[in-house]
Amino acid sequence: MRTIILTILSVFISSVAVAQIDPVLLRRTSKDTSGLLLNMDAVYNRPFLQLGKLPVALGGYAETNYQYLQEDGISEGHQFQMRRLTLFVSSSISKRIKFLSEIEFEDGTKEINIEFASIDFEFAPLLNLRGGIVMNPIGAFNQNHDGPKWEFVDRPISATQMLPATWSNVGFGLFGKKSVKDWVYAYEAYLTNGFDDKIIDNVENKTFLPASKENKNRFEDSFNGSPLFTGKVAVRNRKIGELGLSYIGGVYNKYEDGGLVLDKKRRVNVYAIDFNSVLPKFNTYISAEWAWVYVDVPETYTEQFGRKQQGGFIDFVQPIYKKPIFGFDKSVMNAALRFEYVDWNKGKFKSTGANISDEVFSIVSAISWRPTEQTVIRLNYRYNWQKDILGNPPAKLAGFQFGVSTYF
Amino acid sequence: MKKFKIITAIVLVITTVVACEKILPGTPPDDELLDGPVEGLSFEQNRQFLAGDVAFNDEIFTSQNGLGSIFVATSCGSCHAGDGKGHPFTTLTRFGQTDSTGNQFLHLGGPQLQSRALPGYSPEQIPAGATFSKFTPPANTGLGFLELVSDADILAMTDPNDINGDGISGVPNWITLPSFITPNSNAITQNGKYIHRFGKKAAAHNLLHQTVNAYNQDIGITSTFHPQDVYSGLNIDPEVSDQTVHSVVFYLQTLKAPIQRNQNDAEVIQGKNIFIQTGCESCHKQTLKTGFSSIAPLANKLFHPYTDLLLHDMGPGLDDNYTEGNAKTSEWRTPPLWGLGLSPNSQGGQYFLLHDGRAKSIEEAIQFHGGEAQQSKERFQQLSVQDKNNLIKFLKSL
Repeated sequence: MRTIILTILSVFISSVAVAQIDPVLLRRTSKDTSGLLLNMDAVYNRPFLQLGKLPVALGGYAETNYQYLQEDGISEGHQFQMRRLTLFVSSSISKRIKFLSEIEFEDGTKEINIEFASIDFEFAPLLNLRGGIVMNPIGAFNQNHDGPKWEFVDRPISATQMLPATWSNVGFGLFGKKSVKDWVYAYEAYLTNGFDDKIIDNVENKTFLPASKENKNRFEDSFNGSPLFTGKVAVRNRKIGELGLSYIGGVYNKYEDGGLVLDKKRRVNVYAIDFNSVLPKFNTYISAEWAWVYVDVPETYTEQFGRKQQGGFIDFVQPIYKKPIFGFDKSVMNAALRFEYVDWNKGKFKSTGANISDEVFSIVSAISWRPTEQTVIRLNYRYNWQKDILGNPPAKLAGFQFGVSTYF
Repeated sequence: MKKFKIITAIVLVITTVVACEKILPGTPPDDELLDGPVEGLSFEQNRQFLAGDVAFNDEIFTSQNGLGSIFVATSCGSCHAGDGKGHPFTTLTRFGQTDSTGNQFLHLGGPQLQSRALPGYSPEQIPAGATFSKFTPPANTGLGFLELVSDADILAMTDPNDINGDGISGVPNWITLPSFITPNSNAITQNGKYIHRFGKKAAAHNLLHQTVNAYNQDIGITSTFHPQDVYSGLNIDPEVSDQTVHSVVFYLQTLKAPIQRNQNDAEVIQGKNIFIQTGCESCHKQTLKTGFSSIAPLANKLFHPYTDLLLHDMGPGLDDNYTEGNAKTSEWRTPPLWGLGLSPNSQGGQYFLLHDGRAKSIEEAIQFHGGEAQQSKERFQQLSVQDKNNLIKFLKSL
């Protein structure tokens, strides 16, 4: 792992060094401008730099921010954070064989992850084989999560804490896409390694799919030998927008070990719907995602860990000033608003029959300035209401976040 | 002109940020919260309080750090949200003892039912023939003050033979100390037994005793104080450090006493008078005092918990035919009433009162009183609606 990272870093640094000698050699790779891109295309639809005629293209993005948040009168004070530094390397091995990798450094170097590292073979537009570390296409955010694409400093709670974005795993699968006039249809289907029992046995004290990311062995060992299936179908109309339906599911527990049966097979099933569109008259961009999580939690375990979860977000982004600012010709200022909600534990207490609470609702307003398409400077104001499992008066958290994110 | 607009916008944004204190959620009023330390702790004491706060409220136990394998809750905070009273979701079930001869079902998992289990394990069932009682988790607030009431002061409130003829005859629960507890230098003994004061049956001597038992019996966590695993019955390595246990004990000792609200309200004052006149104060003693403590803010203080820390016969209606120590099955320790009005803030918006949460309102809790409290209950029943309301309003102000 460290060797891979060092190799990629050295390639990256040396190419930058060459570019300093002769920047003319650097050129942007061509992008799909058909307007019929889907969330599934996000992984390749990024700005890459190619050095001369080398088959390797490089890219990446960084996210850094300041925040001051306060919960019920208590604040951690002023915080400066380097949330992410992500490096992409792509390579066209042949005309229809491509390789792409994405390595992410989170919170400085607290976490170093290979988020994506797959080889794609194109047999036909509707039949592509992908193998390696793939991003399981559950919802839209997991596929299309690059910081510079969003007007908000924080990623959506539902996408990153209920769903485990960014969630990637080792496996194989097929995908394809077909365009007919104003329509484009696509599918993806993968079998990968899956979740583990930490999703209901973790220090978050709630059903928490991202807890499986702690298992660093998941890139070489399946926790229980049962593959996780992820499937998504998406359709986009040039005038209406994109709609995606996705599913991820599989056995999460170790039901057998050393030939001994330990427990019955317990499944986690997740369903998601996502949508994005641009309102024609106002040019308002809308992006929404909602998901339902079902986990087979043993009846004799604690109700602290929910059997059902649901939640999602909806973003509105309104361009408000599209004229040059400070000499940036394609500058755009946006106003944006996000509503998000997660019910971590949908159900009723056995003891009282009353609803289990454990939910969070959040509103985030934003002003963002994009001096170029690839760079965003954003100021957010967040307000969260978090209720505990019993439904006691909510903890209120609010604060300001200022951040910069850019592709490079 | 454009630059002017941009600069104006930037100034507006900066102004908004500077004004942020107005739009950030403030601290709820101190008298609306049960958590928070007593005033006057030193720097070092504040640090220990914070360490205990984290261990109590934020440390979640999982199978990786010792949970279970059978258990009731996954953290201390699960049972005491905001340091307040608990909810039926984490109500404990104890079984197996009906008299002072001890628990006859220790070999079958007594005294506490481990009602939950990690996946792959089975929780306990109440053994055939065992009687049981359910215990709703109490509030933690002000426990350090209660711990420092001297044994002599507790004994001074007893009246086992009801010499004053008021129908109230409180007694302490005399129990042999576990080996890990060192009694205070001024502790009073009786046949080698010591006064216990915490818990529904007053079966815990002090907060160390209470904390060690709660780690072990509620979460399945062993310590050097109590190394026996609840599942295997074997002594195993400690799953919580001595330092953490001591920090949690310190946290419980230094949680502030609840602050009464609306105490100058005329109806509240009237309600307090009725509380005394109806005889409630005979057991729910308004004022106690602490003795010496190395924690200065706790030492030699008068405080108002509304308890006498003694056991009282509460009548057949509240007799579950289960007990602990030397208490009779119908005897319950007088629960402190301070913080009562804030109970719904930790019980999911409603009341679950009395030892097992059966009472859904203060009035209902009073109506369940019997035994030594029978006369007081009857006096309450004879009150006018206005007087009843005033009494309830007073209790909600605590």
